[in-house]
Amino acid sequence: MLNCKQATELMSREQDDSLAFGEHLSLRFHVAMCAGCRNFRKQMAFLHTACARYPETEIKPENDRPPV
Amino acid sequence: MNVAISEQLGAFRGDLLRFAILQLRDRAAAEDAVQETLVAALEAAPGFDSRSQLKTWMFAILKHKIIDTIRRRSREPALGNIADDIPDDSFDSLFDRRGHWQRDERPADWGDPAKSLENTRFWAVFEACLDHLPEHTARVFMMREFLGFDTGEICKELGITPTNCWVLLHRARMGLRLCLDKTWFDPEKERSC
Repeated sequence: MLNCKQATELMSREQDDSLAFGEHLSLRFHVAMCAGCRNFRKQMAFLHTACARYPETEIKPENDRPPV
Repeated sequence: MNVAISEQLGAFRGDLLRFAILQLRDRAAAEDAVQETLVAALEAAPGFDSRSQLKTWMFAILKHKIIDTIRRRSREPALGNIADDIPDDSFDSLFDRRGHWQRDERPADWGDPAKSLENTRFWAVFEACLDHLPEHTARVFMMREFLGFDTGEICKELGITPTNCWVLLHRARMGLRLCLDKTWFDPEKERSC
């Protein structure tokens, strides 16, 4: 069975590549039982979204709002 | 030359330069990439309805310039040992001996993180956290997330194995997550589970 450390590795890798069927299944199983890893997975997705938005973002507050 | 356009383009110079420096970790190379971007943008001088459209377009040009620079560099030797950037055991303290989250390190709920994306202060923290990543780790992560390389292309460009690549991406995400958690999302927040 996966532990959290192994699960984090898979949750990172699924951002870049599709997981093997067995990996995907054990990750699903682990995440269903572990709230910490569920949060981690959402955080990984958030990092990806943030990176995609970053170039459009105005850092200086006086500038226009970023596109929605 | 259309002064209005050149002023508009120049207004993004700071943001472009920060982005290029984060990626290249080399101010001179970053300045060159931004300069080339501004010149290319001036030459094309397209009409855009909004600032944000123009900015997106300029970042697209800059990304190509950064990719060119990375490709030129990867043909040069002495890239160093990429995989040793963040030590193997850097995040071991987050887990117990069985590999489960330590009670205090269990990832907390970040609430609605989308709200952070609307907050200009968040982006300053985000940049600072990216900047804290070691050079090679940051480069691999940004090639993946900002420049849109897939892992196969990263391996090819940098001469590393897919496993190395995943390890570096994982460490980058672990580092970035931890940095954002501690400096942006409430560090005192109640832990889940």
